[in-house]
Amino acid sequence: MISLKDIWKSFGDNQVLKGISLEVERGKILVIIGPSGSGKSTLLRSINHLETIDRGEIWVDGVQVNAPLKGRKFEKHINRVRQEMGMVFQHFNLFPHMTVMENITMAPMLLKKIPREKADAQARGLLEKVDLADKMNCYPVQLSGGQKQRVAIARALAMEPKVMLFDEVTSALDPELIGEVNKVMKRLASEHMTMLIVTHEMRFAAEVADHVIFMADGVIIEEGPPEEIFSNPAHERTRRFLFEVFKS
Amino acid sequence: MQGLEFSVVFENMNILLHGMFWTVVLCSSASLLSIVVAVVLAMTGISKLKPLRSATFFFLWVFRGTPLLLQLFLFYFGLPQIGLYLSPIITGIIGLTLHFGVYNADVLRAGILGVETGQHEASRSLGLSYFQTMRKVIIPQALRNVSPAVGNNLIALLKESSLVSIITVPELTLSAQRAISETFRPFEFYFAAGALYYVVNWGLEFILQRVEARTALTR
Ligand SMILES: Nc1ncnc2c1ncn2[C@@H]1O[C@H](COP(=O)(O)OP(=O)(O)OP(=O)(O)O)[C@@H](O)[C@H]1O
Ligand SMILES: [Mg+2]
Repeated sequence: MISLKDIWKSFGDNQVLKGISLEVERGKILVIIGPSGSGKSTLLRSINHLETIDRGEIWVDGVQVNAPLKGRKFEKHINRVRQEMGMVFQHFNLFPHMTVMENITMAPMLLKKIPREKADAQARGLLEKVDLADKMNCYPVQLSGGQKQRVAIARALAMEPKVMLFDEVTSALDPELIGEVNKVMKRLASEHMTMLIVTHEMRFAAEVADHVIFMADGVIIEEGPPEEIFSNPAHERTRRFLFEVFKS
Repeated sequence: MQGLEFSVVFENMNILLHGMFWTVVLCSSASLLSIVVAVVLAMTGISKLKPLRSATFFFLWVFRGTPLLLQLFLFYFGLPQIGLYLSPIITGIIGLTLHFGVYNADVLRAGILGVETGQHEASRSLGLSYFQTMRKVIIPQALRNVSPAVGNNLIALLKESSLVSIITVPELTLSAQRAISETFRPFEFYFAAGALYYVVNWGLEFILQRVEARTALTR
């Protein structure tokens, strides 16, 4: 479903991604872990073309995201491709001038020309799924961090994406709010959504992941099923990282 | 010495009210249009296309650097020279729109740049194009953020609108002058006109406060 081939990316002379390749099969969950600055966010953002990579190929559901098109053609292409991917950010990025309902229905109504009643009905269903049916007429400022993030997930799901990308979606939350967001992600997992998750939460990673990648300094140090990575890592670097994380 | 005699104002009130009506028409059209102009100029001012950006800055620079009165004269007396005959009221609306559109554009551009990049990214990641993102996500937030500053500009617009009396727009100031030329009562009529400006201003501030209150929650 997602296939990255030899991805390179630098910011100036800071080489951030150095030949990353990975695959995520349909309905599977890939979790990426690694120290701060290792390039996890950059990698995820590249898949959505929020960063432009220098070299390599990004494929999602048989379509090349970084297709060799120019100008307006590429713009049209990328806008279409992005509709197939849901992205959830660390800082929620809800639209503060719209109600919860409007946050969710805006994109489907505008891009898929879905009539309001249908979009509203769909949004109500999504809000139930993220346990926020009672908040649909609230504005984002009236919500807690955990509630905001669940709305953000519902907003992404409203476009009925084929894959979901999560970039440390619980990092900005108070500890007691993390569980409610993780629960929603687990629910998605049980529905076989294809997901790529960047997280610092090892316990959650171990629970949901089908496959785990440990990244450091722009390369994949090691990868494998969660049992293996978490209980029996092959590399010293991974061991040190996990030790540090679990210590805290 | 003549003494003050305000009853003459009430006898000629219809002249002043007529002027006030045109002031309201003039200012409400120019206010709304100046915001439209501001949106366009703010967008072209941050465009990726260099020529468009340069042209915008030149335009802003010219309009910011010259007096409104001169601009009005240019439109009123200059445009007929190139075959463009516009009525005084249209000329007045255009003059005020452009002059204050430029001020609002400056404010709005800063407002647009002040919207977090996360907002762009969230919108683009849903599949919205640049223009859809601007229209649905960025501009509405920018307008909310700068609404106090835009409000101040609109209050200035109302007061500066008296300048268009010079190009014979039959607004409040000109109406007062006409009444004075008939009655030779400058103090009374300028005072009354001032009071009526105050009333219009009060109405404008009321509207601005309502807008503020509506959007305060969602910022
Ligand atoms: N827009 C940018 N401009 C310049 N450098 C950047 C930019 N974004 C990221 N970087 C750099 O790229 C490197 C990788 O950053 P990235 O955010 O991908 O790391 P990360 O693994 O997500 O870290 P964290 O766990 O802290 O979120 C860092 O050195 C960072 O400073
Ligand atoms: Mg990151």
